[in-house]
Amino acid sequence: MSTAPTVYPHTGDGPARGRIRVLQLYPRDMNIYGDWGNLLTLARRGQWHGYDVERFSYNPGDELPQEVDLVLGGGGQDSGQERIKDDLVRIGPCLRQWAADGVPMLVICGLYQLFGHRFVTGEGSQIPGIGLLDAETTAGPGRLIGNIVLDSPEFGRVVGYENHSGLTTLGPGAEPLGAVRLGDGNNGKDGVEGARFKHVIGTYLHGPLLPKNPAVADWLLERAVELRGGAWDPLPIDDADARRASNVAASRPR
Amino acid sequence: MRSRLTVALGRTARTLARLRGGGSGGTAFPGLVMERADPGFLARTLGQLPHGVVLVSGTNGKTTTTKMVVQLLRDQGLKVFTNRTGSNFVRGVLAALLTEVDAAGHLDADVAVLELDEAHAVHFVRAVKPRAALMLNVMRDQLDRFGEIDYTASLLRQAALSTRDVVVVNADDPRLNGERFLEGLSARTAAFGVGPALRSVFLSDDDLRAEQAATADDRAPNDDDAPDSAAAPGALADAAAESDADRNALASPCPAPRVRLVALAGNEASIEVDGAEHRATFAIPGIHNVLNACAALTLVLEVLGDRADLPRLLDTLAEIRPAFGRGEVITLDGRPVQLALVKNPAGFRMSLLSAPTARADATALADAARAGATSRADTATAANRPRPDELIMIAINDEYADGRDMSWLWDVDFTSLKRAGVAVVTGVRAWDMALRLRYDEVPVDVVEPDLEAALDALRERAAAADRPMRIYTSYTAMLALRARLGNLTEVEEVMK
Repeated sequence: MSTAPTVYPHTGDGPARGRIRVLQLYPRDMNIYGDWGNLLTLARRGQWHGYDVERFSYNPGDELPQEVDLVLGGGGQDSGQERIKDDLVRIGPCLRQWAADGVPMLVICGLYQLFGHRFVTGEGSQIPGIGLLDAETTAGPGRLIGNIVLDSPEFGRVVGYENHSGLTTLGPGAEPLGAVRLGDGNNGKDGVEGARFKHVIGTYLHGPLLPKNPAVADWLLERAVELRGGAWDPLPIDDADARRASNVAASRPR
Repeated sequence: MRSRLTVALGRTARTLARLRGGGSGGTAFPGLVMERADPGFLARTLGQLPHGVVLVSGTNGKTTTTKMVVQLLRDQGLKVFTNRTGSNFVRGVLAALLTEVDAAGHLDADVAVLELDEAHAVHFVRAVKPRAALMLNVMRDQLDRFGEIDYTASLLRQAALSTRDVVVVNADDPRLNGERFLEGLSARTAAFGVGPALRSVFLSDDDLRAEQAATADDRAPNDDDAPDSAAAPGALADAAAESDADRNALASPCPAPRVRLVALAGNEASIEVDGAEHRATFAIPGIHNVLNACAALTLVLEVLGDRADLPRLLDTLAEIRPAFGRGEVITLDGRPVQLALVKNPAGFRMSLLSAPTARADATALADAARAGATSRADTATAANRPRPDELIMIAINDEYADGRDMSWLWDVDFTSLKRAGVAVVTGVRAWDMALRLRYDEVPVDVVEPDLEAALDALRERAAAADRPMRIYTSYTAMLALRARLGNLTEVEEVMK
């Protein structure tokens, strides 16, 4: 089943500056811990910047749209991962091709793990990933939970909340999203968090990463616009609330 | 003899704690001393009770439901021991026992009704096997404490496995009504639930996500212009049909609900008990509380068996008032302030929807239900209009007891507040909340992280406009606001 996109039309007068097609992967099964916040942030900021944003949903068995400008994926319960894992392998080649073409993507937690080569469970069996990111995840003994603050070369301070038990190690083909200033990050040992490949970001900063980190949101939107040869021409957005919220988050106990 | 010593020891510890704590004293220290000195005390003392121990757990509604169960049993003539709110740890139970037992350690009660959270229930059942357990729901709060909802459910299952006579579950909760939860229990199972007309109002967290995924029109800024979409209602109907099919599957291990909430019009509920319909007018606000009442009733019917006096039980339920901070109404400067505790997306959403003091909304909700609205969207829209004259404050803290993780705020749909707006946003995470509201285009008048200053701001605005107030609040913010309100006006004392 392929459904018509939901349109978030640009705000303000005059014609739209362009169109951004966002594909949300597995909203039914991989959309927990506030992942909705990332979609909403991209949609609203796209609108505020003068673009029409179209949201496509993709669930297991659906048909992928021909072309998308931005891909978003979230985390889920173990049961949710179980339901999507075969389908993800099925569409893996297409996602890899899109990534190679420069499509920006943000994948959180569960889908971050499955965008890597594999997930090795506690019993030693392997759940195959799609190898889009040069990363591998092993089930850990406990959970890494709490407020987390990163220093990112590209985005400056990135603030969020991590909650994962999988321990991820990056290969040489992936750059981290940032260095961990507070928290555990990928595995609690390397001192880094997340993975980047071309315009793809995978991270454990779960759920609403983007609202408190508008620089990351705008970077994704900019890559999406440029992908289709458009010129990124943002309008000013007052991000004082986001700054205050992220200052508070960075100062809270883990 | 051993109990006598333990009681004496616990009381000494309590006296010491009070002296050190300047008179306030916590419940943890004497409990800890007793636990260390006499690990068998809890089981020995509670083991004397002729009707045994009844446990209430789940992620949402424990305090209110426990209060109901206690009231129901007392009105049926039983002497009930309970842990009043704030002390739902094993040590808290011990400390509560300390105030009730005589010097020999004898507890003058017929039955114990204990509220225990998921983690503490597991500890508790190691010491004491409950006779009955009520499992209310498994919702998505406290993920930062327990990691996963599925894990939370597994903790409740451990408590259910230790229960001797009867486990009562929510027939509409997918984590409690399936084989994964119910198989292998030695106790019999019973259930409570809602009728088909109201099912759309009580969304599980899973439904909530499915709905978010399906109803984008609520989110798009042009929803005023385009109230209908071809895609969304169809998708919702499909989802509803699917879950109905799941529910009716022959293999389902969950029994049909003994008590079902069939309809709600204002405070007038229609409740089906063992197939017969009864009417009751509730004093307690909020549709979720009426469902809690159904849960409490099921548990009590199971516990009392033939002794249960149903008409009287229904009368008792109708009179029950909210537990503190849970829909409780306090009068400030002659105007009502309603405190609505919010802890997770489904609960917050329910609270926004049920707007209990708003009679018009509740009636609309009931009308929609009566009309047999099968579309979630219809029912939700009818109930979604907040009472226009109510000033709203939202208070969000992120202390341990609230949960440190703010992600859940992004799973609540706040668009129903768009027209009325929010007067004041407060709490440690006031800016997170303000940011969240901004992305749902809800106007916010004041952002003031300091709770007392925020309450002053709300009070001033309410006085100037002569309007009632409603405060949606996280747990620790509720405690602080309630204490502050206690200095300003009359507030019921609660033992902590």
